[in-house]
Amino acid sequence: MILELQQISKSFGGLQALSNISFAVPEGQIMGLLGPNGAGKTTLFNVINGVYAPSQGHVIFRGHDLKGLKPYHIARMGMARTHQIVRPLKDLTVRENVMVGACFGREGHNLAEAAQIADDIMQFVGLAERARQLAGSLNVAQKKRLELARALAARPHLLLLDEVLAGLNPAEIATMVETIRRIRDQGVTIIMIEHVMHATMKLCDQLVVLDYGKQLAAGTPAEVAANPQVIEAYLGDPKLAESLMDDAA
Amino acid sequence: MKDRPSFASEAITAEREASVKLGLLRRSPGLWLTLAIALVVGLYPALTGNVAVREVVFTMLLSVALASSLNILLGYTGYVSFGHVVFFGLGGYVGMFLLSRGMGLWLAAPAGGLASGVLAFLLGKAILRLRGAYFALATIGINEAMRAFINNFAPFGGPTGISLNFQIYTGYGGAGQALWLTYYVLLGLAIVSLVLSYLVKTSKFGLGLMAIREDEDAAEVMGVITPNAKTWAYILSAIIPGIVGALFFFKNGNIEPNDAFRLHFSIEMLVMVMLGGQGTVLGPMLGAAGYQGLRGFLVTSPLFKDVQLAVAGGLLLLIVLFIPAGAVGWLRQHFPRLRALLP
Repeated sequence: MILELQQISKSFGGLQALSNISFAVPEGQIMGLLGPNGAGKTTLFNVINGVYAPSQGHVIFRGHDLKGLKPYHIARMGMARTHQIVRPLKDLTVRENVMVGACFGREGHNLAEAAQIADDIMQFVGLAERARQLAGSLNVAQKKRLELARALAARPHLLLLDEVLAGLNPAEIATMVETIRRIRDQGVTIIMIEHVMHATMKLCDQLVVLDYGKQLAAGTPAEVAANPQVIEAYLGDPKLAESLMDDAA
Repeated sequence: MKDRPSFASEAITAEREASVKLGLLRRSPGLWLTLAIALVVGLYPALTGNVAVREVVFTMLLSVALASSLNILLGYTGYVSFGHVVFFGLGGYVGMFLLSRGMGLWLAAPAGGLASGVLAFLLGKAILRLRGAYFALATIGINEAMRAFINNFAPFGGPTGISLNFQIYTGYGGAGQALWLTYYVLLGLAIVSLVLSYLVKTSKFGLGLMAIREDEDAAEVMGVITPNAKTWAYILSAIIPGIVGALFFFKNGNIEPNDAFRLHFSIEMLVMVMLGGQGTVLGPMLGAAGYQGLRGFLVTSPLFKDVQLAVAGGLLLLIVLFIPAGAVGWLRQHFPRLRALLP
């Protein structure tokens, strides 16, 4: 198991954002994190990569308890993430943005090496032509790819993707799905938060569903889509569930 | 851990490798241009031997060294220090204290820089966790606290400060020679501050600082150890002002709390950096020289001599409103081709 969550709870004052979340992610898989808006998915990402300390419970990454570690420690241990709301370093070029990932990520490259890695990765995600442009001048789809490129440049063991498909058109989604699959094929474990159900069902090996901060279901896409609680809380429509089960099959 | 293939969709070509190297080379002409301007202006008084011109350029070089240092924190890291003069003042006091006890300038001035560096380290641990306006306010508080402390600190002479015995200058070839000596040392320090600024900007460390400037939380998530990077930026921005402070008050012959910790001098430093272009190497130099040139004109003009600080404030307002990137930043934005010459 590359990542294990043991009874994670997180509260902000009186608000219980996460309660008692436990699951494990095997190495080399794609795990999907589902749930309605406000279910606590992004909060869980923030707990996993150290932005928030959990109120209770433990995050075990590659055998190490992450208790008390800061996001930069965890990043250097080989965990990278993208943000749902893109956070480009606006006044740096696209290439410099990606170089930050390579310089300060798991492998800690120097500038010359980072520049080469950045060039490779910009090619991989399709940003090569934008290399010298300022990151602030990209459109939303390009900024999403930049988020992904920065995370990949760190050469992570585990990649957290927060809604990388949201806001993309069908053609862009197809490209991104293909990209994610290729990243997995290179041995990177992925946890992805996604609302684009059909893509999620096709991509993910395992799913975890959150609702109001609680773990509603976990299992293979087929199991989850057949779960009556999930249908009620999230999918809402048995017909959609059926079509998703077809996708998963 | 199994070995992972690279993400390259094709092998790295020799051509691309060359372009990376060329890219690094291409960025250097700007540094040489910057240093050439500093040297030509700096050596002009020496060639003509004109003492009045030397004093004008002395003030400019002093400002270049201070603004260029402040830029490491303000321009690269994005932290606004309103109290940066505290490092100038403390370096001055430590230097003067040691000089008055018989230590030579060659040790006393670096000791002033070291003291400022240590202060920056300690302050960094305490206040660099504050962001935005809170950090700026804390830096003002520190300058005022230091002024109050020194005012009541007997070894540094309290409110009367420290004066040097005039005899001390005989060790440097007499007062006239000592003035030239401090001038050349200051020119050297200004050059060092520009080279340091360039090295920081083009280093991995500098890339981390700029990531912090753009989005500190995102930088953390990408693995930039932000507390360390910020503390080092603060220390690097404090050392040269400390040495310059020791040098300035050595030349001055005496130091008092109200001369050493003038808050408005901090604000003038900010104006210089913003005027020339924060986050650039050339900008703070041009901003410092330009501002001191303007100030020199204002204080000698009967109309403006009493309101020259108001002009500085107005200037800062205009820059923030209309050209927030500063002169060099504006040129870089509008003429991308010139970027190699405008580091």
